[in-house]
Amino acid sequence: MPAPSPLARDLAAIVGAKHVREALAARVTYAMDGLPTHRRVPDLVVLPGTREELIAVVRLLAALDVPFVPRGAGTGLSGGALAGEGTVLIVLTRLNRIVRIDRANRLAVVEPGVVNAKLTAATKPLGLHYAPDPSSQTACTIGGNVAENAGGPHCLKYGVTANHILALEVLLADGSLVELGSPGGETWGPDLVGVFVGSEGNFGVATRITVRLTPVPRAVRTLLADFTSIRTAGEGVSAIIAAGIVPAALEMMDQSCIRAVEDSVYAAGYPRDAAAVLLVEIDGRNADAVVAEADAVADLLRTAGARTVRTAASEAERERLWQGRKKAFGAMGRLSRDLVVQDAVVPRSALPDVLETIYGIAQRYGLVVSNVFHAGDGNLHPNISFDATDPALKQRVEAASAEIMSTCIAAGGTITGEHGVGLDKLRYMPLIFDAESLGAMQALRRVFDPEERVNPGKVVPVHACREWASLARAS
Amino acid sequence: MTILEKVTALLGEGAVLEAGTDRVPRFAPGSPDAVALLLGTAHQEGWRVRIEGAGTWLQSDAPADLALTTRRLDRIPAIEPPDLTATAEAGIGLDQLRQQLADRGAWLGIDPPGLAGRTLGSVVATASAGPLRHGFGPIKDHLLGVTFVTGDGRMVQSGGRVMKNVAGYDLTRLQAGGFGAFGVIVLVHLRLRTLPRADVTYLLEGAREDLTQVGEDVAAAGLTPAALELVSPALARRDRWVLGVRLAGSPALVAADEAGLGAASGGGRFTPLRAEEAHAFWMRLAEGFAVRPVTFRIGGVPSASDELLDLLQHQLGDEWISASPAAGSIRWTGEASIDRLQRLRRTLAGLEVPLTLERAPWPLRSAVGHFGAYREGVGPLVTGLRRTFDPGAALVVATEGE
Repeated sequence: MPAPSPLARDLAAIVGAKHVREALAARVTYAMDGLPTHRRVPDLVVLPGTREELIAVVRLLAALDVPFVPRGAGTGLSGGALAGEGTVLIVLTRLNRIVRIDRANRLAVVEPGVVNAKLTAATKPLGLHYAPDPSSQTACTIGGNVAENAGGPHCLKYGVTANHILALEVLLADGSLVELGSPGGETWGPDLVGVFVGSEGNFGVATRITVRLTPVPRAVRTLLADFTSIRTAGEGVSAIIAAGIVPAALEMMDQSCIRAVEDSVYAAGYPRDAAAVLLVEIDGRNADAVVAEADAVADLLRTAGARTVRTAASEAERERLWQGRKKAFGAMGRLSRDLVVQDAVVPRSALPDVLETIYGIAQRYGLVVSNVFHAGDGNLHPNISFDATDPALKQRVEAASAEIMSTCIAAGGTITGEHGVGLDKLRYMPLIFDAESLGAMQALRRVFDPEERVNPGKVVPVHACREWASLARAS
Repeated sequence: MTILEKVTALLGEGAVLEAGTDRVPRFAPGSPDAVALLLGTAHQEGWRVRIEGAGTWLQSDAPADLALTTRRLDRIPAIEPPDLTATAEAGIGLDQLRQQLADRGAWLGIDPPGLAGRTLGSVVATASAGPLRHGFGPIKDHLLGVTFVTGDGRMVQSGGRVMKNVAGYDLTRLQAGGFGAFGVIVLVHLRLRTLPRADVTYLLEGAREDLTQVGEDVAAAGLTPAALELVSPALARRDRWVLGVRLAGSPALVAADEAGLGAASGGGRFTPLRAEEAHAFWMRLAEGFAVRPVTFRIGGVPSASDELLDLLQHQLGDEWISASPAAGSIRWTGEASIDRLQRLRRTLAGLEVPLTLERAPWPLRSAVGHFGAYREGVGPLVTGLRRTFDPGAALVVATEGE
């Protein structure tokens, strides 16, 4: 085994040798996130186990002018937490303590490596939960959720991560600590919590996160509606929104997705011959009101053309319906070796037209596309199954993805609703923002990280920016 | 050439308004591009610019070489009821916007302090939420994107027109509550709701501590009011404190909450208001904060609400207060000295409670600042942001106290 590099030795002195990975075989583990189309092998991987170790690591890297990338569980879907040559990957999964739960004020303070679902598991006995619920919630971390401003099925009613973060302690690239926000949610000056959430690890590392907790709903009704065409399912979505009903979740799966789920261990009892199903959840704290709204939703869906509408008769059935939805990405693994999980948002009324166009694109490129997505938000996830070892096929996937993005933009939408830009969507940024606006984003980043050492090369395509004066923070 | 002559040549006669009592020339650009042109020129010339909306909220008294009002930016380019989105220019009055939305069956779930004609841009720039914050969240939750012009005349777009969007950094959140220190908002993309099919208000009068308890009981009972606001007697024009409960939404939800309200009233009796009475109650509350010279808001954790109300009473008097105890936010208005406000801000900072000065005459505003008593490391970031988005310090905004 070769001798550790001087940097690895210095890092080991802070976190212990077993928490520094320098061997290629160990580093390769971190070469990808949840997206199979990007791969970068970090120079070094370090896993601090305490806040103090993390601070010492970042200060060491600052002193040596070494760029670094913070990473949570690596479940991201934009290539955002990849570190390439000359860059150290700081993995935060060992910082996994729930520091405090304040039941009276419905908040919790957590370290960045706390797994999303574990926070809810810890607070549920108190009648509270952490509302943002990305499909990867059993693995993804709150720190990663903050970086990406993660969403999830229930964000339709409860809002995305940004709506649930009250305060942050942030470690900047130069090793200084800043405290943003307050436990009550009011800001000290401009809303820097709001600015930090969703900055994809480009502004620093969140070391302590104060999250808002939400009461667990007392009553829930989960409906499954099936349709013989995608268009009528989309019209069903519009009918619910237009009626002023805000379901907790309003999810759509198309036939390809339904069959993948039904063929898997996650089979949920979705009708295999349906062109699409809608999974609608109504929740609240008053059972009568929930039943009344669920009945209204069922009527609207039938009127819109649903073939059947069924209500989960038990908690077990509800969980089964949801497991099918949440594990749909995993089930799609049966279709092909690799899967590109795309992410775009369109105005809700444009869903039927955009979906038809997407199927047309897939057909033209000879690709299998499956749709499972947050229909209530207009947040599409067209997933393309393919074999990444086939370069020609990979090229077709990329060309089809670009056309899908263009379609969504043309419909008045955007290129990502919850997965982030990372590396994957860099090329699309100039399609939605002009050079001045991209320059403003880059200038904003420099306020937090003047030397652009945290997660370099992500989010903003520098070549497309108009130049802004680089103005460091006041000392 | 004078500033008046130069700007008239730049923007045309139509953009020139009559100067106010302080004789500062006032201009009303008719488009976002004209705002960019004016601010770009001001940056080059070294002019200091005061930003104004309808002139109904922040006093128009900041020392400046010229005043820029957004009042001619009053178009509503898009209302999309099926998507529950709208795009409006920053100078539109909220009353006009509300009316046009209502005509299309849509609703913006905000009720900021101030007069009915307060501009949308002013509300966004100051992030002034009212009682509806309880049910529908702070101002930033209603924004999908903004377009703004920096202090050196650059036009920047942020966000978009769809429900979810994480493309790029969130400059919209920087502008919401930035008090114009990082640019002038010219266009706002809004998230709407459908016009509530049921909207009722109930009032309960009593001692403050009793009403606080009722508020907690209402929350514990699982009711989901749109607003749950504790209002001081002077502000409510009643003999005692008032708890206002607004229920808005689908008839089924509202009916269920109405049924539960009685059980949570702690022995008192909620009085339902007729529609016009309810409208008058909430309007009076909003307008009350635009009457007296100083208005600020503070935000603590819900369990600290009583303690914070006591502190305000003790240090400033409690004549005009409105609080959303469950949201932890309190708004105060009245007369206060620089010294008292600074002392209060320091005391609150020790309790992890920020104080945001929302309106005050310039001498007080400039001394106390909209913001202050920052937590560790925040001051340098704010300064960096100011330098980045207004490099020539053209925008006259009392960001921090002296």
